[in-house]
Amino acid sequence: MKLFKNKNTASLLSSPYMVWAFIFILVPLGMVIYYGFTTEEGFFTFENIATIAKPGYLKALIRSIRLALISTLVCLILAYPLGMILSSMKLTRNTYIVTLFILPMWMNFLLRTLTWMTLLEGKGVINTVLESIHLPTINIINTPSAIVLGMVYNFLPFMILPIYNSLSKIDENVINAARDLGADSLQTFLKITFPLSLPGVLSGITMVFIPALTTFAISSMLGGSKILLIGNIIEQEFTQLYDWHLGSGLSIVLMIFIFINMIIEALSDKQGGR
Amino acid sequence: MKKKFLSVFLSLTTLSALLSGCGAKNSTSYPNGKLYVYNWGEYIDEDVIKEFEDETGIDVIYDMFETNEIMFAKLAQDTSAYDVVCPSDYMIQKLIENNMIQELNFDNIPNIANIGEQYFESSKDFDPENKYSVPYCWGTVGILYNKTMVNETVDSWDILWDSKYSGQILMQDSVRDAFMVALLKNGFSMNTKDASEIDIATNDLIAQKPLVQAYVVDQVRDKMIGGEAALGVIYSGEAIYTARENPDLEYVVPKEGTNVWIDSWVITKGSKNVENAEKWIDFMCRGDIALRNFEYITYSTPNTVAQENIEDDAIRNSKVAFPDLNEINTESYQYLGIETDRLYNDAWMEVKSADY
Repeated sequence: MKLFKNKNTASLLSSPYMVWAFIFILVPLGMVIYYGFTTEEGFFTFENIATIAKPGYLKALIRSIRLALISTLVCLILAYPLGMILSSMKLTRNTYIVTLFILPMWMNFLLRTLTWMTLLEGKGVINTVLESIHLPTINIINTPSAIVLGMVYNFLPFMILPIYNSLSKIDENVINAARDLGADSLQTFLKITFPLSLPGVLSGITMVFIPALTTFAISSMLGGSKILLIGNIIEQEFTQLYDWHLGSGLSIVLMIFIFINMIIEALSDKQGGR
Repeated sequence: MKKKFLSVFLSLTTLSALLSGCGAKNSTSYPNGKLYVYNWGEYIDEDVIKEFEDETGIDVIYDMFETNEIMFAKLAQDTSAYDVVCPSDYMIQKLIENNMIQELNFDNIPNIANIGEQYFESSKDFDPENKYSVPYCWGTVGILYNKTMVNETVDSWDILWDSKYSGQILMQDSVRDAFMVALLKNGFSMNTKDASEIDIATNDLIAQKPLVQAYVVDQVRDKMIGGEAALGVIYSGEAIYTARENPDLEYVVPKEGTNVWIDSWVITKGSKNVENAEKWIDFMCRGDIALRNFEYITYSTPNTVAQENIEDDAIRNSKVAFPDLNEINTESYQYLGIETDRLYNDAWMEVKSADY
């Protein structure tokens, strides 16, 4: 599609974005890298990054990766069937359902997480209801389970939407052809539907894994500040301890994981494009 | 569909931004400039701010912080970001040592005559010559417990290590307060610089972690009122309020002693509105204003005029709100220097990231 015949018009129109990207993406990124590799006195150092290998920090990083992986997996298991249901529905009805999933996102993310805190508390809404009908109460507040719940709840839409998108883009004829050639439902799913939806699955994984890995609000609210994730440590370095150098160094470590994730996605995109 | 939605959303937000821009206060109603105030969350009767604005014609921009450390991090970036701040004792000492606050001109703050002499005396621990700070609130740190859940006398920090109350204990999510508890339990000073003592306290805090329901700051109050926990470490100022909301709650200062803290007003080094800041401090020292603040936030006021005018006898004579400091073992936090600060912070990191 050739929207702009004149190259100059295109670059002129994109200039606000360029300025935006420079000020709000490149400059902060450069500052993080600068602080991450320097000491208080401005000397070059790897020490900030090496801190991640210290026991407390490493433990928090591993814990974050584990919880983020679990949340991503749960999101995937929940979102894929839903994506299939949505894509098989009539167009008018599924837009309502998609809207239903986006609707909570209109509310503030912190507010929604705070709500979970009151819902899950020992004497919170859920337990009061359970008690009144004589069912055993649940005690997951301030445990890793509550954090995973919070992550899944907050990030599920980011998994559903790309999967739904890629599933609804699959050409009916391809599936019909498979059935024509004698494939049963399972074979069709494994050989046709799933591989074709893979780009959506991968971008869904990225969009859930990265925020889950870096979150600090969910873990401090639903984990009662008992379960320290790497995001919490970085937040503390900046807000409480005023050590921008260490905070930036740890952020760089986290960025490495994000890059790995993005490279995997880019590679599989390339393969899919062949 | 999605694009359309996005454009509608964007135009709505832009519109609301524009509208709110139009509605912004226009500067002519405040002829006497601005004042940037940085105070603890829920630490003032908000009507008092409005009254100050009306009376002085100064536009107050009021921001809040949750811990001294957050406040310091903000000021360290730019001390001119705020004019008047209300940190605690040891943090005031740190601000003085880092040359981040300025000496006050007491000629412009005549109402400090209302502040009890003993509070200036106590302030000498962190502001040796009483040059930088004017006391705003003070109190102790103790244990708030729910009488329906705890059937024994609570008189020692040790009870916070009693496995009977597993999952029923709320600890303070701040380095100094958490370590104060563990250090005093072992009979050490809360201002110790001895690494081996800090080590023992660290191990105690790690051992305590399985019993702790959550590490919280302001939420101790609401959780205790809601009956979520049996025991919580809390500032004395919350004791009156929590007992009013839930009569089962009682506040005690353990026999090992506690931290007596003072939060005081200081003016930042980079302040651009020193005159307004002095007016603010003077206003806060007025008897009627201090009384209103006390009634609203229930943190003990050092203002003798306000103390005398408290209507409720029970509160005016309350040992919780106005304890006799000669009867309890007390110490104030001191700033321990960068090295020791780091020691505490690392130890706290170890506690917080420990598996349990």
